[in-house]
Order: sequence, then C-alpha cells, then structure tokens
Amino acid sequence: MSTQYSVIGTRPIRHDGADKVTGRALYGADVQMAGLLHGFILRSPHAHARILSIDTSKAAAFPGVKAVITTHDFPAVDGNKMVDLGEGDTPLSYARGNVLAGDKVLYRGHAVAAVAAVNAHVAEEAAGLIEVVYEVLPCVLHAVDAMRSGAPLLHEDLRTTELGEATTTISNIAQHIRQSKGDIEAGFALADVIVEREFHTSTVHQGYIEPHNATALWNNDGRISIWCSTQGSFVVRDCTAAILDIPVSQIKVTPMEIGGGFGGKIPVYLEPVAALLSKKTGRPVKIVMPRQAVFEATGPTPGSYMKVKVGAKKDGSIVAAQAYLAFEAGAYPGAMVVPASMTVFAAYDIANALVDGYDVVVNKPSTAAYRAPGAPNAAFAMESVVDELALKLGIDPLDLRLRNAAKEGTRRVDGPRFPRIGCVEVLEAMKNSPHYQSPLGGPNRGRGVAIGFWFNIGLPSSCTLNVCADGNVNLIEGSTDIGGSRASIAMQAAEVLGLAAEEIHPTVVDTDSIGYTGVTGGSRTTFATGWAAYEAAQDVVRQMKERAAKLWDVKPEAVEASGGVYKSNGNSIGFKELAGRIAETGGPVVGRAAVNPRGAGGSFAGSIVDVEIDPETGKTTILRFTCVQDVGRAIHPAYVEGQMQGGSVQGIGWALNEEYFMSPDGRMMNSSFLDYRMPTALDVPMIETIIVEVPNPGHPFGVRGVGEANIVPPQAAIANAMSHATGTRFTRLPMSPPAVMEAIWCQGSSSQPS
Amino acid sequence: MRSKTHIQTTINGEERDFLCEPRQSLLEVLRDTLNLTGTKEGCNDGNCGSCTVTLDGRLVTSCLVLAVEAEGREIGTIEGVAQGNHLHPIQKAFLENAALQCGVCTPGFIVATKVLLEKEPDPSEERIRFFLANNLCRCTGYDKIVQAVQAAALNLRGTKETQA
Repeated sequence: MSTQYSVIGTRPIRHDGADKVTGRALYGADVQMAGLLHGFILRSPHAHARILSIDTSKAAAFPGVKAVITTHDFPAVDGNKMVDLGEGDTPLSYARGNVLAGDKVLYRGHAVAAVAAVNAHVAEEAAGLIEVVYEVLPCVLHAVDAMRSGAPLLHEDLRTTELGEATTTISNIAQHIRQSKGDIEAGFALADVIVEREFHTSTVHQGYIEPHNATALWNNDGRISIWCSTQGSFVVRDCTAAILDIPVSQIKVTPMEIGGGFGGKIPVYLEPVAALLSKKTGRPVKIVMPRQAVFEATGPTPGSYMKVKVGAKKDGSIVAAQAYLAFEAGAYPGAMVVPASMTVFAAYDIANALVDGYDVVVNKPSTAAYRAPGAPNAAFAMESVVDELALKLGIDPLDLRLRNAAKEGTRRVDGPRFPRIGCVEVLEAMKNSPHYQSPLGGPNRGRGVAIGFWFNIGLPSSCTLNVCADGNVNLIEGSTDIGGSRASIAMQAAEVLGLAAEEIHPTVVDTDSIGYTGVTGGSRTTFATGWAAYEAAQDVVRQMKERAAKLWDVKPEAVEASGGVYKSNGNSIGFKELAGRIAETGGPVVGRAAVNPRGAGGSFAGSIVDVEIDPETGKTTILRFTCVQDVGRAIHPAYVEGQMQGGSVQGIGWALNEEYFMSPDGRMMNSSFLDYRMPTALDVPMIETIIVEVPNPGHPFGVRGVGEANIVPPQAAIANAMSHATGTRFTRLPMSPPAVMEAIWCQGSSSQPS
Repeated sequence: MRSKTHIQTTINGEERDFLCEPRQSLLEVLRDTLNLTGTKEGCNDGNCGSCTVTLDGRLVTSCLVLAVEAEGREIGTIEGVAQGNHLHPIQKAFLENAALQCGVCTPGFIVATKVLLEKEPDPSEERIRFFLANNLCRCTGYDKIVQAVQAAALNLRGTKETQA
C-alpha cells in the first residue's frame, strides 16, 4: 500500500464551514414550520418517589394547551424486549421508563408528563398546573451506599447478574463482572513494592452547549417525521419505534446539525414524547430542553468508587495488579463499568491481574456515554498508583510505563490479544517531547504524566457517491457530523478518486435516504463511514473503468486507474473528462457501499502537564499541557488536533472543577453553567499536540478513531502533577480549590499523605 | 391571548418591527419571530454566550435582554457579519484555523471577536482569553479559537495599514 497521499494529511476548509460561520447551519432547535406547537416536560422534584396519582385536567383546560400526556398514553409493550441504544442494548421498560416515568420517579428531573401548547411559555405554565401526588421515598446517591444491604431499592425487581449468571438476589447491583489473568496471589508474592489506594470520582456531564431538542410530526397517513440533534438518526428511529410500538419503516428521522454530543446525544429522551403529542394534536410539536433539565435529566458519566493495588519488582517490572470498580449507573442499569474494567490495565503487560466491576443503580440521572466512557475514571486510579510506584522505585514514570507497556500480542486481562497498537510509540513520543525534556522550576509546581487506552468500534455504515457531469462527486452519508467528519469522510473518497477534497460534496441525509448507519460515537465515524466512502469510491472507479473501456472499445479489466487518470493501450482520460461522457456511455454512475467493518484499532493517548498550586487559595493553574495520541493515520490533521485539544480540556475540567454537587435529598445544587464550572478560554493554556501515526492494519488508510482516548489520561496526569507540587496524593475528583486546601491542611496536621 | 407590544428596531442595519409579549426575550424573538436562528440558545441564563449579539454596539447575551428593550436600538447578529457574499476576515480565520467543531458556539464567538478587534486591534493572548471567557466552547479546548482570533487580528491590521 502506498503511503504517498495527495488529499489525506492535508487541511482543507471543512465542507459545512460557510454555513457554520454565518449562522446558516440549521440545528435541531432551529426547525420552524407552519402550525408548530411547543412542548414542555414536567419533571419530578423528588429523587425517589412513588407516583400515586396524576391529574392533568387543569393543565388540559388552560387556554392555548392542545394536549397533555403521561406514560399511560404510551402503548402497552413487552418491557423485556431489548432495544438498541446505539452502542449496546437495554430492556424496553428502561428506555421507556426514562422517557416518561411509570409508577416511580427515580431521580430529580425524571420526566413525568408533557404538554403541547401554542408557545413554550404557555406549555410551561400549564405543566405547572398538573397535579402529581408523590409518596416520597428515601434516596441513595452513591455506589458504596447503594450496595449496602438495607439500602433503598430503586427497582424492586432488579436481580443481580453475578459473573454472567442470573441470581435471585434483589439489590441495586445490576451486575458483578470479573476478569482475571494468571494467579493474583502468586503475583503479589513476587512483588518488592506494592501500592494500594482508594479513589472516588464525581458524576460529571458532557456539557455540550446545545440542549437536547426534537420536533415531530405524526402525519395523517400514520408516518412520523422527526427532526432532532442526535449522534445516531437510526438509533432515534429504532428506539422511538420500539417505544411507540410501530414499525421502523413508519418513522423518518432527519438529523439536523448537532451542537456537541460526546456520547450524551445517543439516548432518546424527547422524540417519542414529541411524536405522541403530535399524534394527539395533528400538528408538529417541538420540544427544547432547558439547560437545567439537560443537567438533571440527561445522561452524565458515572461517579465511581475504585480500589487499585499494583505490585512491582525492584527493577520496575509490574507483576500483579488488582482493581475493584463500583460505578454508578444512575437510575437504570448500564454504568460504564464494563469498558472501565476492560481498560483499567490495558496499557500494561501484566502476567497476574484481577478486576471486579459492579454496575450499581442510584437515584441520579441514567448515565450515558461520555468520551471513552468508564476509562477516565479507571485511568485516574491506575495511573495515580503507577506514578506512586515510580516514586517508590526511583524510576522515571515514563520509563516505568515503557518497561511494562502493552504491545502487539499482549493479552489483555479481559481476554483478547492486542493487534498492532501504538502504546510504546506514544510513551516514547511523550519522553522525547520538548515539554518533557524542558526543566520545570519554581515553588508549588509539579509535572505529571499519564497514559490511557480506548477501544474503537466498527458498526455498520453506508455511503453513496453520485458522479456529476462536471467531474465533481456528491457524497451521501448517514453519520451526523459533530466535529468535521464530513471532511474526513469526503477526503477518503477524494483520495481514491484522485479528486480534491473540495470536489467531493458531502451531505448527511435522513434515515429514508441512506442505508443503515450506526451512531457517531465509539471513535468509529472516520474509521467506518470513511471505510464506506472508500468502498463506494472503489465502486465508482470500477464503473468508470467500464465507461473508459466503452470509449476505447477494450475490456474493462484492460483499463488501469491511478490518481484520477484512466489508461489503456496508450489511451488516457482524466476523471473529469470521463465524467462528462457518462451520459453517452451508459447513464449515471452511482457508487455504493454498505460496510460492517471489523478491524477497528484501539488508540492510546498520553498527557504531560505542568501545574502550579496557589497554597493560599487552593487554585490550580495549568501552566503547560501536551497531548500525545496514536491516531493511526491523521486524515485531516487540524481536526485531529482539535479532538485532542478538546478532549484534553474536558479532562482538565473533570480534574479540577466539574462535579454534580448533590444535596442529601438528591437535588443537584449546581445545575447551571454558572455553577457547573466548565473551563473557559481563560482557564487553560494552548494545548500542545503530538500526533503519533501507527497505522491501523484493519483500515485501508490506517485510520484509528481520534475522538475519545485523549480524555482518558488528563485527570491522572493532573493529579500526579498536583501530588508532586504538594507532596500530597490526590485520590478524589474533582481536585477543586476546597479539596486542595483540605489536602494541604491535612498534610500540615499529619505526616500521612491523605 | 396576552396583549402584544409593537417594537420598532434596527437589525443588521435594516429597520425591522415585530410584535412581542412583555415576557419574551430578545433571543426568542430573533429566533422564533424573525427567523434569525444563527443566534443560538445554550442555557437561557446568560452563562454560555451562544446568544451573544450587539445592542447599540455593546455585547449582550440576548437571552437576558427583553425583546421590548430593542425599541429604537441597533442590534447586530451573526447574520450581519458577512458583507453580502464575502465572509468577514474573522469568519475566514475561523475556517482556516479549524476553530470550530460542532459550530453551535461559533456565532457567539464571532460576534464577540468582532467587537474585541474593533476596539483592540492587537490584543495579547491573555486579553483574547479574558475577553472571550464569556463564551463557552466545549469542543475545541479554545486553542484554535485563540489562534483564529490572532490570525484575524493580523489580517485586519494588515488591511487597515494597506488602506492607510
């Protein structure tokens, strides 16, 4: 395979750029149409309560109100049926129960009823007239508390799955998983040094700037049209169809532009409600979530309690590692403890390891994916322990990691052997970086490093290419574009066809207009939909060879194509000229591909960070930050850097400030952007990036997903830097100023690090 | 039906009028009544900056301005930044520097940047970060936005010197 590319690795202007800098791009909330009604959702004021009765009569009678619905308006369905949530399945009863509560509310903000009215103000006023009688129940907010016997039970019928086996135990523990390798006891017996620590992390939110939204029209012929901002239009279609108990062919989902997702815009919240309100009123209905509801009722990422123990010999070889991970799923099972378990030791080749993971329901919103879900929590624990081990052994922390780094052929604790990966290359790039080579002086300052791993997934993708007579190509795809994927997908087609990126015109279309395409998530879009574009372009090349063969009266197999030039027997024609002659040689040329690729490569990322802590206030300043990531092949390096920088800054926010600050009765006390303090431009420095390219052998161009691995190591790297700055080990996230002050004070009163 | 107030205002240099309820925000009227949906709603409480517009040249979050306050005032939105078919140098710089990912915060950043560079043609990195701290971006980590503002500032200063 040639690695001399003409389009891949360049930085063209993104195809949707003009729309997005002029305000012309239409996002979900921008949908306007004749007769549009506005919906508002009434939400539970309690974290845990039984709904005794709902009286909607006053709301329904309020002037301007057109319809009011509750869960009783949903059709009766088999709640045990599984529905596809994009990256995994869940029972329909959970998916539906989260959209509108059944007989119980399980978290503050849980949707209870919905109103459609002539405008959003009237809908909100009317929702306030709905009378709900609750029997308030005690709530439980943290994994460790929820696992105790006698804890308030969220689901009276939730039976624990123990190591893959169904049990009769009713508890808040949805499942306990275990992964093991070697002999853990024998492994620790070999160790000269053992470090064991407990860690706590808070619930944090993806924090996308655009709130969830949905507009639905249940037409008179029974067909439903939905316009929304989603990471997966086909998931919205399939999940809405399951909840409303109608065939998927009766729903068309049009993905509007999406204002950020990071995993949080995969679940369905509003679409079935808007559809049902439309059915009742015969008019289109739009619902836009208020920001408070986004925090209180959409899926953040799990809070967690973790214990990690690692043993090493004096020479630095790690001989045993053990992890106990208890993750908060929120109201319904499905905490990201499985990927956390699979990633906690993934960067290391360890002969003896044991991981126990617990998926625990608590009275907080049902969690969703957030960029490498589960892995940042696990890496915070593991990478902190490895840092402490390096200190105790007197070995450079990157050298310790290099000595134990996972490589091609290393068997992970969860079973599979790694294919070609770039863990060593990332660590070496970190070590050789200008940042790591530079001195760091000054009081109250520290430098920290960490590495993290994240999987990529495949999933189905489809692509259609229509050749225009002027030699440009229109590309039709179904992957909603959150961060420039139109460009990265179009560039792969351009490379095959020998065209410029600007000569491919990508459009993201509705679910009626393209083959099934999975979610924009799991670091899969540039990999899998890019692969579909590659295959569709190969299909175009094949057909164009046939057209050239017709022109020259030769066999198609006698035509060669390279760099957009078709040749045979001394004849030669460029793609553009040939495109001008497709009408006379047989009509339209349409390239198609539907793929379900295996061979997604995992990605490693490393963070290097310098911090300075103000001992008077506890404020931590990020002085310098470098993100290193193996991206396989950078299709559009500027947007690759953008992913690395964005993930790093989300990691900085997670490390230093962000948390769900809960009152004892389950109320999120900081449900606004003022109080849920995400980094502003003033809080961070420039983020240096080092792109490492270890091509993924499972992709035609070597692509690895770039969207997620970058958020895995920053939290641990910052914790390690802060530990070095203060001499105190930080084991709780966030490490906000109050937490830092407490740590400094505790250090003053005791010689034991907290 | 609640009674509505008739408001006469100027938006992007054009005289406009609309009817609104006293409780409606300028953001709501811009988007839902006047179909100027380039101004985005992210929080509706003045903390994200997505709805940033100018009111008599001053930056405001339009979710915190009542629509009736637009009476007799001049409003500038993202739709008025490009000159006809020509992108403003700030818009070009955002594209050339890949300073947007999802793009939903971009209109607010561009409107704010325009005010900054009109007042201060050569701001330091620190000054750019301070001025734009009213606008949240969750995708980019701000690095490329700051670089785009620096590139636009350089370009605009060059244009001015050429004209002078």
